[in-house]
Amino acid sequence: MSESTVARSDLADPTARRALMSGVDATPGSAKPDPILVVDNIVRAFGGMTAVDVSHLEVQRGIITALIGPNGAGKTTFFNLITGFDRPTSAKNGAHWSFDGATLDKTSASSVAKAGMVRTFQLTKALSRMTVMDNMMLGAQGQAGENLLKCVFKPLWSGQERAIEEKAKDLLQRFKLLEKKDDYAGSLSGGQRKLLEMARALMSDPKMIMLDEPMAGVNPALTQSLLGHIQSLRDDGTTVLFVEHDMHVVRHISDWVAVMAEGRLVAEGPADTVMSDTAVIDAYLGAHHDTDLGDDALLSDEAMVEMQQEVKAEEAEREEEA
Amino acid sequence: MDTIQAILNSMLREAISPQTAAVAIAAIGLNVHFGFTGLLNIGQSGFMLLGAYGFAISIGHGLPLVVGVLLGFAAALVFALVLGAPTLKLRGDYLAIVTISAAEIIRYVGRSALLTDFTGAAQGLQGVSYRTPFTNLSFFGDGDTTLSPFNIYDIAGGAVWVRLVGWLLLAACVTGIVLVAKAGKGRPTKARRASRDADGLVTATPATERRADLGADARQVAVVSPPVRRTVIGVLVAVSVFLLFFLMPTSYQDTGVSGWWVRVIAWLLVAVCLLVVYLLVRSPWGRLLRGIREDEDAIRSLGKNVFAIKMQALIIGGLFGALGGMLYVLPASVQPDSMGRSLTFFCYTALLLGGAATIFGPALGAVIFYAARIMIKGVANAYIPDSIMNGQQTEQFSFIVVGVALMLIVIFRPQGILGNKRELRFNV
Repeated sequence: MSESTVARSDLADPTARRALMSGVDATPGSAKPDPILVVDNIVRAFGGMTAVDVSHLEVQRGIITALIGPNGAGKTTFFNLITGFDRPTSAKNGAHWSFDGATLDKTSASSVAKAGMVRTFQLTKALSRMTVMDNMMLGAQGQAGENLLKCVFKPLWSGQERAIEEKAKDLLQRFKLLEKKDDYAGSLSGGQRKLLEMARALMSDPKMIMLDEPMAGVNPALTQSLLGHIQSLRDDGTTVLFVEHDMHVVRHISDWVAVMAEGRLVAEGPADTVMSDTAVIDAYLGAHHDTDLGDDALLSDEAMVEMQQEVKAEEAEREEEA
Repeated sequence: MDTIQAILNSMLREAISPQTAAVAIAAIGLNVHFGFTGLLNIGQSGFMLLGAYGFAISIGHGLPLVVGVLLGFAAALVFALVLGAPTLKLRGDYLAIVTISAAEIIRYVGRSALLTDFTGAAQGLQGVSYRTPFTNLSFFGDGDTTLSPFNIYDIAGGAVWVRLVGWLLLAACVTGIVLVAKAGKGRPTKARRASRDADGLVTATPATERRADLGADARQVAVVSPPVRRTVIGVLVAVSVFLLFFLMPTSYQDTGVSGWWVRVIAWLLVAVCLLVVYLLVRSPWGRLLRGIREDEDAIRSLGKNVFAIKMQALIIGGLFGALGGMLYVLPASVQPDSMGRSLTFFCYTALLLGGAATIFGPALGAVIFYAARIMIKGVANAYIPDSIMNGQQTEQFSFIVVGVALMLIVIFRPQGILGNKRELRFNV
């Protein structure tokens, strides 16, 4: 307990986090001082297409790590692989990943969650025809009443049930969903479902929470409060790994950023460093991201000549490579 | 009048027959599969047939009754394990394909000539070969009993006005049950809206009327507490059942092949099954089942062993199916061809009619389904001339009407009689 409070007070302070990560190389696959998740040689191919090919990645404990990359970079597949929802193609050729010291190579999705690594989904999976409260209660771990032999006898689980309900109410209060607790989850808005899914994941007191695009389809006001929730999670000592496309969000809350493109890890580092990395900018935004494509100035003769030259130069470069 | 009385009598006899109870139990099992867990099992008749074979063959070979019942359960347990192991990790549709084919395999193996010594092949097993240990348990004695001993013929010799008053009373009781049950759900009922109109209290636009009714409803909920409501419903149900037997006195042997003994045991078993399902689904385990029905991956991501839970559900539903199968053959004989696909579909009809994912739905559905079929048959027999439809055709006609009714239910009242429409509004 004392250890965790120390870690908490340490990492709730931005300068401490910066100091912690300042010693880490901003190169893909760099070693972290205290990695909670270590991934080696994880490859997933769908037929001829290699969706994920990560040779080494470490995720630091207690901070917020963002995983960014263009569409199709393999971020969600990577999530599925390490949470046990998918099997790597390299399963027998040295694929290895461990969470909090325990090897997860062959662990099922449910055991991964039991070990303390809980995920959410890009397409929210609220259990529509169950109430918000039931959704929350399902998130709790180690319920005696979920054992078939014990579930018939109410006294064996009613005490635990009450404790879980209290905890669920607390969490719902934090996520401003308490007044919805008896509504069906299907009647919630998209953003509220995101909140519900996150709150449900927190019912199990995870060591690490993996959020797949938590801000997608959420309005700016709600984004603010979601960001607040994620930061307070970190301040409470939970490790957060999240996939996000909104660069402002990533810059605002992440302590460390890992960039994937075409299945590979192409860069790592603090948000500012990574976002000024040309490799990242090219992969993510395209080489001409600063150009306004609707700008009439582009139609001037000089601009056209310049662009033609650029095209020629690129073609020459490609021929050289070939 | 006598024709109507005869039809009503045969409806009641069918509604309380042990085979109706057997289908109700099988439908309760199906409810665990389909209603709560979302497992599309289209082979419930396979579980029933296995239960019946395990029961009948072992008793026929001289084993005691208890062992026979246990062997019937064991057969269904093994069947569930064999079916579930390869398919439960796949998507739901695969289970449907595997169960329907496996049930057919069981039926064809049962009627194959190679197993004549055990299963009696296509001839099946005669009831006398396994029924005796069960009837010997009866403490009802010999003779006949008529329920209820006090009936319409005791009042003015069963005059028309006595019957009419009785039926009106029964209708009032049923309406009362529906109204009290609906008051518990906190929604304004059409009936109450109408009565308020008659009172002349609310004479405004439909909008204000609805608001006023909602207010009245809120008060109603506050006044009638759930225990009171349950008591009222219980009393009304008891009165209705008495009225039914009062209006349609029914006579059977006390023990006999298909008498009161097997009926009482069958419906007691239905009650026990309902209680077991209630205890199961109100628990966190039941919550898990519903979670799996909604989204397996979400439950998996919360650290639950989805495969194990689905297997448990498949086994439990299958055991109910086996129990239903044993009851189904008890007053009759084991006929593999009478326990084929159509029996599975009868179970589904009963389940959907009563309401999937409700506790009482399958039992209520089974009673109504069988009674309604007999009513259609009886009415067609009595009022359609033989030149248009003869006795054999009315039998088939009744099944056609039932099929059409099932379609209409699924289209217009997909939640069934007892289901909650609110749940269905959010289809994933």
